[in-house]
Amino acid sequence: MEKQELGLEITELRLGLPTSDVCSKKRGYSELTDENSLSNEEQQQHQQQQHKNLNKAQIVGWPPVRSYRKKINKTGSKGSDCGKMYVKVSKDGAPILRKIDLNTHKGYADLVVQFEELFGCFAVEGGVLRDYSDKSEFVPIYEDKDGDWMLLGDVPWEMFIESCKRLRIMRRTEALELKY
Amino acid sequence: MTYFPEEVLEHIFDFLSSHQDRNAVSMVCKSWFRVERWSRQRVFIGNCYAIRPERLVARFPRLRSLTLKGKPHFADFNLVPHDWGGFVQPWIEAMAKSCKELEELRLKRMVVSDESLELLSRSFPNFKSLVLVTCEGFTTAGLASVAANCRDLRELDLQENEVEDRKGHWLSCFPDTCTSLVSLNFACLKGEVNLGALERLVARCRNLRSLRVNGAVPMETLEKILARAPQLVDLGIGSYNHEPNSVAYTKFRNTILTCKSIKSLSGFLEVFPRCLPAIYPVCLSITSLNLSYAPGIRGSELVKLIRHCHKLQRLWILDAIADKGLEVVASTCKELRELRVFPSLFGAENAAVTEKGLVAISVGCPKLHSLLYFCHQMTNAALITVAKNCPHFSRFRLCILDPQKPDANTQQPLDEGFGAIVQSCRGLRRLSLSGLLTDQVFLYIGMYAEQLEMLSVAFAGETDKGMLYVLNGCKNLRKLEIRDSPFGDVALLMDVGKYETMRSLWMSSCNVTLAGCKTLAIKMPRLNVEIINEFNDMEVEEEENLCDSQKVEKMYVYRTLDGPRQDAPNFVTRL
Repeated sequence: MEKQELGLEITELRLGLPTSDVCSKKRGYSELTDENSLSNEEQQQHQQQQHKNLNKAQIVGWPPVRSYRKKINKTGSKGSDCGKMYVKVSKDGAPILRKIDLNTHKGYADLVVQFEELFGCFAVEGGVLRDYSDKSEFVPIYEDKDGDWMLLGDVPWEMFIESCKRLRIMRRTEALELKY
Repeated sequence: MTYFPEEVLEHIFDFLSSHQDRNAVSMVCKSWFRVERWSRQRVFIGNCYAIRPERLVARFPRLRSLTLKGKPHFADFNLVPHDWGGFVQPWIEAMAKSCKELEELRLKRMVVSDESLELLSRSFPNFKSLVLVTCEGFTTAGLASVAANCRDLRELDLQENEVEDRKGHWLSCFPDTCTSLVSLNFACLKGEVNLGALERLVARCRNLRSLRVNGAVPMETLEKILARAPQLVDLGIGSYNHEPNSVAYTKFRNTILTCKSIKSLSGFLEVFPRCLPAIYPVCLSITSLNLSYAPGIRGSELVKLIRHCHKLQRLWILDAIADKGLEVVASTCKELRELRVFPSLFGAENAAVTEKGLVAISVGCPKLHSLLYFCHQMTNAALITVAKNCPHFSRFRLCILDPQKPDANTQQPLDEGFGAIVQSCRGLRRLSLSGLLTDQVFLYIGMYAEQLEMLSVAFAGETDKGMLYVLNGCKNLRKLEIRDSPFGDVALLMDVGKYETMRSLWMSSCNVTLAGCKTLAIKMPRLNVEIINEFNDMEVEEEENLCDSQKVEKMYVYRTLDGPRQDAPNFVTRL
């Protein structure tokens, strides 16, 4: 499975902002609290904290909506009134995420140019997306419909925008660690 | 009654339509059992692993209609690994040998292969109706066999299935002699269909009442179809995206006026909101509207449409409608009985519904009895008001999108709100909880929800007492599914006999340990206790190294007459 090739680390759901080094497992409530050791007040505080954390994390199977419906709502409308396809872009080292409208781009080259503008992180040679395994400090990846993290640029652009849920500009060093 | 000849008994039993009634009479005495089994035509099996197919066909040789459900409900939300099970193949094989009179097969959350569909299509000469809901494993090639071989097919209804598109022309496989179709729903297919074949098929099936097409069917084709089939009662629109001043749109707008029988509308898989006015005239008479697959329509456009729907009884819609839109629903749709508001998960970020929308609905629509409501927040006060206004709920499913979110005004748990619902709605059969909840809500459920058959719990409760209140109190409980809640072995093992009165129990990310599961399995041989460890790809032997006190990721317990199943994959451990 692709997930294993990349290493579990990259697919682990995270609590908190992208820059934090702490990667909590996606295990739910039961591992996060231990009822017996907390007083009532502490429990309530802890619950509120959990609530905040759960808020930010992506919990498997939540909200309880069938994947069929999730897919429809993602790729559904192509009418001109709603031609926007905003996805979040995070960059390792930058605490604030950005949003990009994929529909305003014609292809990968366009997209990478906007990465430069937003984050100033790519060596873009002649406006074309080069093989970034040698030059830049960062590697752009995206999360697809199935929840897998994929390297940008492999599939045709149309296929990419259909399945891209979010983007991440990852430090190359992290990517290297995942190979073995 | 023992002096009645069996023909008379059979005639009397004919009047019994409900499964429960027929099950009851079959247990009265041997002769009634015999008569009932020979005359039984419809069987419903809520868990395909509760019984082996051979037993079914042995007992009911004259079976005409079978309904089967496979995977546990939480499989819908990716909590069950892909190849867990639920194969229909053994059922079709068994029936192909012994139940030649099969006419109808209805499957939910099962794995259906092309091979199964091919076998089905060749084995039953009277086969009329195939309904597949949230199934997977087949391609359009399987559909082609059904189309080609089922001579008397009346109904082919595909709802929300994952179907691989093989680019064949399955629709063309309906022979020219096929004129029997009454209902055809292929809205969930993603690929192209042969439009000419579709038009011809519709033209020759004069009894067609229900047609739901997929997004590959453009407005032009739909217009031609409607011109040929003005008798349609249920219409699912595919592509709905032309400029309002185009020829195609004008034609469509005129043709649809001739369809005076349409009572149900759905689809709008690709929609251009400015074309919606064409269907306003149809909206005046519809009783069912499903716009939940159409994320491109803004709240204001939804509202304009809804204003025409005076007779609506069922509405499925996205939360783009917002609280204001729900107020319009409340003032327009006085006959509303079922409402589902789904979350717009991507884009449309300002769209949301809250407790205000729900309260408005409860005020305006007193006949409401079925609700599925995804919202951003809720309050106890709102739920108490809703409970007072709508005491007839049979299904109440509330999903607050942030797990464990408290009352938006008071920051208190929502125990009192849900408590009011169960106390007021004495006929409640299905309930889904969300938001911040303590053990108290379960106390209320155990006390008041006497008719409750299915309960879904997520991120709720504090101690084992919560689960125990429910197990002790809800006498009619059939299905209990719990995730991410602090219930453990004590609750699980307090009353093990209870699970034989239920169809199934699901617990994931709770505090149940391997030891607890083993104990349950040993005490109750007529239950299957399955542990799902999907992250453990290792050999089965490694399972034995798992410490007994370790918490179990996912546990699925169900009653069965036939012991542990033989088709369980590696990651499922049967205790």
